[in-house]
Amino acid sequence: MTKNIHIKNGLLVDPIAGTESQGDLFLADGKIAGVNTAPAGFVADEVIDASGLVVAPGLVDFAARLREPGQEYKATLASEMAAAVAGGVTSVVCTPDTDPVLDEVGLVTMLRQRSKQLDLARVYPVGALTRGLKGQEITEMAQLHEAGCVAFSQGDVPIADLQVLYRAMLYAANYGFELRLRPEEASLVNDGVAHDGPYASRLGLTGIPVIAETIAIAQITQLMRATGCKVHLARVSSAAGLELIRAAKREGLKLTCDVSINHIHLVDLDIGFFDSQYRFDPPLRSVADRDAIVAALNDGTIDMICSDHAPVDDDGKLLPFAQAERGATGLELLLPLTLAWARANKVSLPQALAKISATPAKALGFDAGLAVGNRADLLLFNPEASWYVIPEKLKSQGKNTPFVGHEMIGKVAHTIVKGKVVYSA
Amino acid sequence: MNFDRFDRREVLCREDAMYNPQLNAQGELIHLLTTEGLPRRILHQILDKAAEFVSGGELVNQKFADLAGTSVFNLFFENSTRTRTTFEIAAKRLSADVSSLNIQASSTAKGETLLDTVHNLEAMGANLFVVRHSESGAAHLIAKHVKPGVAVVNAGDGRHAHPTQAMLDMFTIRHYKGDFTNLRVAIVGDVLHSRVARSQIHALSTLGCPDIRVIAPKTLLPTGVENLGVHVYHDMAEGLKDVDVVAMLRLQNERMAGAYLPSTQEFFKYYGLTPEKLALAKPDAIVMHPGPMNRGVEIDSAVADGDQAVILPQVTFGIAVRMAVLSIVAANQKGLL
Repeated sequence: MTKNIHIKNGLLVDPIAGTESQGDLFLADGKIAGVNTAPAGFVADEVIDASGLVVAPGLVDFAARLREPGQEYKATLASEMAAAVAGGVTSVVCTPDTDPVLDEVGLVTMLRQRSKQLDLARVYPVGALTRGLKGQEITEMAQLHEAGCVAFSQGDVPIADLQVLYRAMLYAANYGFELRLRPEEASLVNDGVAHDGPYASRLGLTGIPVIAETIAIAQITQLMRATGCKVHLARVSSAAGLELIRAAKREGLKLTCDVSINHIHLVDLDIGFFDSQYRFDPPLRSVADRDAIVAALNDGTIDMICSDHAPVDDDGKLLPFAQAERGATGLELLLPLTLAWARANKVSLPQALAKISATPAKALGFDAGLAVGNRADLLLFNPEASWYVIPEKLKSQGKNTPFVGHEMIGKVAHTIVKGKVVYSA
Repeated sequence: MNFDRFDRREVLCREDAMYNPQLNAQGELIHLLTTEGLPRRILHQILDKAAEFVSGGELVNQKFADLAGTSVFNLFFENSTRTRTTFEIAAKRLSADVSSLNIQASSTAKGETLLDTVHNLEAMGANLFVVRHSESGAAHLIAKHVKPGVAVVNAGDGRHAHPTQAMLDMFTIRHYKGDFTNLRVAIVGDVLHSRVARSQIHALSTLGCPDIRVIAPKTLLPTGVENLGVHVYHDMAEGLKDVDVVAMLRLQNERMAGAYLPSTQEFFKYYGLTPEKLALAKPDAIVMHPGPMNRGVEIDSAVADGDQAVILPQVTFGIAVRMAVLSIVAANQKGLL
């Protein structure tokens, strides 16, 4: 039974309408039943005083690794769903690189059932594009789609054989499915572990050149022209890559892209003395690349920001840089790190939140706005409250992030999914 | 505002850990991980201390008590005979108890992590680790996680650093040339994969060498190498002109299998050091090599065995420099001695 909730006197920020105004929201039957005016006969079961808080659509994280099944020592669905709602994330798009990978209907069904039982954030699985992510045989995409997969990807494992990618794109285009591809040419990555630049040279770390990204983008866009397939490029990292995307969008290709919260704020120089917390895939690139990412976010070339959530345990990080696991926990940092970008660039709150709610939600096929009739997936946060990233206090089982010790501004107070309060600070 | 003072203190401690991990709060050397970022006074301190162990170009034939009561563990995760032996000799001459571990055949091969191995040896009373590892940054990782009072000396990590080799090269240069501030030094060969080259470049820069050159084909140079403060040459005739020091690098034969170089023969023709090419350098130029040498690949025997080669004195000085480093870090680690 969902309750009737009256959210009182909050700053209502609607990223679709682009508005912010002081007011009330009324939730009933898991939907927004009234904005400022209560629907007829509405009796509140619960009143939330939102004075000093922003009331906005819940966040939609476009890329998170949930580790279950197969890697429960790193994280479980339960721990990461708790982290999601603590971070204000009400919809999580999860990558297929579990163990076994999400390449069978049964696995997708099981994942959805497990997440429904937890009844926290909604989970949107992305199916594997090839069986076992081996890049050889395409999966039963149509059946996986019926089972609930919203798109198809290779996780972080690029397809080496262009013939396979070509056919996968043709097949996906047949059904209008979107592919989410990490633009990376594996042969140019080779055994690289950091951005191929002066800093990696100084540390003696093997470099991953920017051309590993640009050549992949050039190949993918050529294949898009040939197949008509819709593609979302995941975790773009370079200025040159963004230039290619800008040109492809201008041409009218059905291309979108995202960037991770880490790549907005960090650069290769931050690796310092081989700090494995800064090992990412794609690698943190140069200051010029980071500046280009910020500019592309500002001008709309980059459509959305994702957490690129990857819980990693200490055993995976306490290793020499090149042997350490890649990635960081991110679900609980998506909001404050997006707000930090917005503050630094004088981006309005509705525009900033659109990158982490309305735009990814639209890609999933629903409206994340504050209009009557929309789903009551909401986030209430204090935009001024500061907190420090202390690993033990994170809900995610993954405690590793380069932002440990950093001050975050913007703190989640309540998260509501399907009209039910699932998290309160 | 949820501002928690305890949290903030924890935060500051973590930030402190990012300061130069080789130096203590007094600015003294407590680990030797890389020559990069070390002050000039410390480089001179190492050279001066090493000089105390050398007389007339030979090692002083005497045992010192600098490391008496200290357990030194040689942790070689990567094969090495020469470096490991010189560290063993150096530690024994300073009266340390020395244990050398053949790691490849032991615990890590059974799945133990690098830090587990280190913590186990600490539990056995290790005071000082000499570490060689195939991954860049391994010595930094160990230094960050050893107990207070335990020292780490990097004996070569991946492509990153080989600080004692670089310091013995500096000692050799100072021995033959006296001063660094008017020298031209050419580093020749596989700079891309060379930890020796990186450490030499940092040490030479800090010691004031005004003209450091690297000479190699583009496939063997790291991206943006000029950012390290060197002049880049792809031609031996240009690069060797009027240099005072030629530091050759070893070319690993496995490099030949990839697309780095077409053949050893072609490399030797264009980048091997022959008497003819050496004649382009100053007449009194010295030739160094970290060893082991590939004769006929990077260096001609006539040069390797010639009058200008100082390759064997380098080995002798290597023991003195390693004695100096061990002695200095041990003295600066409180509670070690």
